[in-house]
Amino acid sequence: MKALERHRKLTTIWASEPGFRGWFSTVNHTDLGRMFLTTAFFFFIVGGLLAMLIRAQLATPHSAFAGAEIYNQIFTMHGTIMMFLFAIPTFEGLAIYLLPKILGSRDLAFPRLTAYGYWCYVFGGSMLLVAMVLGIAPEGGWFMYPPLSGPIHSPGINTDFWLIGITFVEISAIAAAVEITVSVLKYRAPGMSLDKMPIFAWYALITALMILTGFPPLILGSVLLELERAFGLPFFQVDLGGDSLLWQHLFWLFGHPEVYIIFLPAAGVISTVLPVMCRTPLLGYGWVVAAAVSLAFLSFGLWVHHMFTTGIPHMGLAFFSAASTLVAVPTGIQIFAWIGTMWKGKPDLRLPMLHILGFFCTFVIGGLTGVMVAVVPFDWQAHDTAFITAHLHYVLFGGFVFPIFAGLYYWLPHFTGRQRFFRLGEFAFALIFVGFHVTFLAMHWVGLLGQRRRIPTYAPEDGWTTINLISSVGSFVLAIGIAMVLLDVILHGLTFYRGPRNPWNAGTLEWAMTTPPPAYNFASLPHVTGREPLHDDPELPARLARGEGYLGTPKHDWRETLTVDIASGRPDMHVIYPGNTRLPIVMSAVTGLFFLSLLLKFYWTVPVAVAGVICLAWRWVWKQGRKDDLEPMSLGRGLKVANAAMSRRSPGWWGTAFLLTANATFFGSLLFGFAFLWTVAPGWPPPAWLAASPFELGAGLAGAVLSSGAMRHTMRTNRKGGKPVLGLILTLAGALAIAFACAALMTRAPAPVEHAYGATLLVLGGYGLFHACLAALMVVFLIARVRGGYTSSGRQAEFSIVTLWVDYAAVIGVLILLVAHASGFSS
Amino acid sequence: MLSGAGVIFALVMVLLVLPYRAQNGPKGETRQIRVWIVGLGLAFPMTVLAALLGYGLFVGEQLLPRDLPDVVRVGAEGRQWAWTFTYEDAPGTTTQDVLHIPAGRPVDVAITTADVIHSFWVPRLAGKLDAVPGRANILRIEADAPGVYQGLSAEFSGAGYDRFTFSVTAHDAAGWQAFLRGDER
Ligand code: HEM
Ligand SMILES: [Cu+2]
Ligand SMILES: [Cu+2]
Repeated sequence: MKALERHRKLTTIWASEPGFRGWFSTVNHTDLGRMFLTTAFFFFIVGGLLAMLIRAQLATPHSAFAGAEIYNQIFTMHGTIMMFLFAIPTFEGLAIYLLPKILGSRDLAFPRLTAYGYWCYVFGGSMLLVAMVLGIAPEGGWFMYPPLSGPIHSPGINTDFWLIGITFVEISAIAAAVEITVSVLKYRAPGMSLDKMPIFAWYALITALMILTGFPPLILGSVLLELERAFGLPFFQVDLGGDSLLWQHLFWLFGHPEVYIIFLPAAGVISTVLPVMCRTPLLGYGWVVAAAVSLAFLSFGLWVHHMFTTGIPHMGLAFFSAASTLVAVPTGIQIFAWIGTMWKGKPDLRLPMLHILGFFCTFVIGGLTGVMVAVVPFDWQAHDTAFITAHLHYVLFGGFVFPIFAGLYYWLPHFTGRQRFFRLGEFAFALIFVGFHVTFLAMHWVGLLGQRRRIPTYAPEDGWTTINLISSVGSFVLAIGIAMVLLDVILHGLTFYRGPRNPWNAGTLEWAMTTPPPAYNFASLPHVTGREPLHDDPELPARLARGEGYLGTPKHDWRETLTVDIASGRPDMHVIYPGNTRLPIVMSAVTGLFFLSLLLKFYWTVPVAVAGVICLAWRWVWKQGRKDDLEPMSLGRGLKVANAAMSRRSPGWWGTAFLLTANATFFGSLLFGFAFLWTVAPGWPPPAWLAASPFELGAGLAGAVLSSGAMRHTMRTNRKGGKPVLGLILTLAGALAIAFACAALMTRAPAPVEHAYGATLLVLGGYGLFHACLAALMVVFLIARVRGGYTSSGRQAEFSIVTLWVDYAAVIGVLILLVAHASGFSS
Repeated sequence: MLSGAGVIFALVMVLLVLPYRAQNGPKGETRQIRVWIVGLGLAFPMTVLAALLGYGLFVGEQLLPRDLPDVVRVGAEGRQWAWTFTYEDAPGTTTQDVLHIPAGRPVDVAITTADVIHSFWVPRLAGKLDAVPGRANILRIEADAPGVYQGLSAEFSGAGYDRFTFSVTAHDAAGWQAFLRGDER
């Protein structure tokens, strides 16, 4: 087969539908990565326009530009859009576009999930935009503290838009995080052991794991607050046993890691781009990975520094203050590794490098002011002033926007296959750099003079007029700079000026393909022996195109790739991907219907939407699979591995495991919330405790043991060639027993609207009921699959996936019932 | 603190410019790692931070309220958007948006809220402390000299937030006694 013939054949197999119809049915990571990035950039523009409104308002004292009600919506939406709809999705888009390419694979682990996540993001973001256009946008500040955001003080629908819209968008973040984690761990080129992974993949992996453990507390907080607002369950009302500080803990348990979730991908871009700009490998690869990992761990121990003024005991302050300053160490290691790389190589001043220098300048200042506010006495003064706003922009703009612009200019030739013709970028950079520093240096200053953040106006007597004007002028310079970047990119897309294949002379695999990238990435997959395969073998692209790598012969119209053993990079499974489908967009629309019904309080459409999601999910999984066993596949180069369906640790199993990690964090946060309310909230003990019932408890525990035990037994029976249906029915019975015990707990929870205790039991019971029903549903699904002939003693992947869910339901069921009934016994 | 930060910033900037001019950094991968990563990346921030942290804790400790015999106790209750102040030494007396204290004596302000979270802040007297529903947070303030001090609520609280300010009037000993007797109102 000739290279061109192979290209044609692979393209027919992998291409999405032509024209704009393809957008709705594509599951290809290149398409979706581009869509993600474009949408995120759109939101960046919207957020930027809002920032311009803020600066216009603050430019003069007694500004009549917007009243307080509108101003509050503007800054809340600015913060919310920038954090949730720009920064995180930009990371997701970049990782989705890039990962399979730098890892030497053909797509991400779960292509349809990528598409589902994208559409959830679009629909959730649109909900917030609609609210903004209608003038009913959220207005409580981007961290939405109750009681201000609670039902009593914010009765309007504004806050619900935030809670429901953001939770919807969060689903896409979790989906992308599962996707990225499994892709980095399993979907790599043969031979790419962990220590040969490109550094960006490490950063993406760490960030994805942080999303999985960082976002659930916020999702939980949003759920609880929405339950309080919609149904009066008083989680945050102090006179009914709730506590507004619980929200602050849950929010910052998410919010602080969030800062690093934003910074780490940007650091990944720098670690990738900077060495190329210096024509040398990164200094201290292992150190940088270790620093990023420790940053991730540390960042989960710091959330309390956002609560230094809430009256936390002094010892607690000392501990968190120490921990907060400690994060400067891994950050310092990365910064000096980069500087060392510059000293080691021959740095130049091409456009990506300019933005990286801009990053250094800005981020170092942000880090230094960050260390200052981590010192408690200083924070007591600076907290909630413009100083904090300025610090936060030095960190976020310096630590994210500059690196992302560096990455944008670095990978733009890859996105389009073209070269920049007009040289607007350098000038744009100068404007952005100067504009940014003028804006925010001025804000540091006015903050030290006592200007609070989030105020719509101030008086001439305050003496802040000149500084604010300077800051506003700076921000318009900045805005012009960003507009020029946009123009530059558009012009780049319009001029047909073809560029060379590897314009920066980089060593990573994404440059080993023609650009713009073909739908299948690599005509055949490389065997990797070092961190910079292209430097090791400059002939690699041509050899891959000639089909000299793995999977070079397209067969049966299959979209094929392979997975590897996590540590060693030895190939271990053969994978066939699903093709184009509209299922993801339909399913996310129905998910949207669910959220919209909650938002508008159309409770009768909620069950319809839930039933819809169940049906679609059923089809989703049903469409995969075969009725015959696949022989081990020959991948080329004399390699043979089994198909993923024949494995107990299939990609689906890994995806489930990581999804359950996020889920377990959610559950852990819920237990933390229960313990926190019980021990810290002022309004305890509750007027009535649960009447503990040994019968319900016993039924639930027995159900847990039965389902988990029977499922394991079934799996073993199936592997030995026996009939699994009977065991599955026993598993089902066990799951239903858990469901019964949890439902009973919910009905008997004492007066949930009168005290947070009953409310918490209700939520705990609901969580258990949901998971028990989910497990039951999956067992029913599996029975249908067995009867339909989709499983065999060899095709056992689905058994191990269902086992995970059954075990999870059993474990949380036991914990929930023990905790709930023990609280009843103990009183 | 500011000058220390300035020095560090200048150092980093110099380190960024130099590689564009000269080419005489440390040679060899292990030496480079030792200089850049272990030395500047690890040891340097550790030292600076340890010093800073010690300083912060020390100052924080100094600011901690100690039990002194002549402490005056007052209450501050925030509400959207006004502060109500009460006085232990003058039961029944309340003032709106003006807190009266004696100068030269430590004052403990018990900060509470009737609705949402607020924050009590008199920049020239002390740092800020939040008014959290269901709790009373105690802030120690002390005015060296009689006079009027501006105060702010420093936690976003909705539409009236920008106008949510108050003042503290510090009296000399005689004035304080007069205030407690009710002469002034
Ligand atoms: C494009 C240039 C930007 C300008 C001129 C700008 C300006 C501002 C200003 C003036 C405020 C203060 C509002 C107030 O306190 O009343 C603000 C708040 C904020 N900004 Fe930006 N910003 C920009 C970009 C960003 C970016 C890129 C991010 C995040 C990635 C971001 C995140 C935030 C957040 C989280 C807040 C706090 C919102 C709140 O108080 O609830 N901003 N911004
Ligand atoms: Cu933080
Ligand atoms: Cu910070």
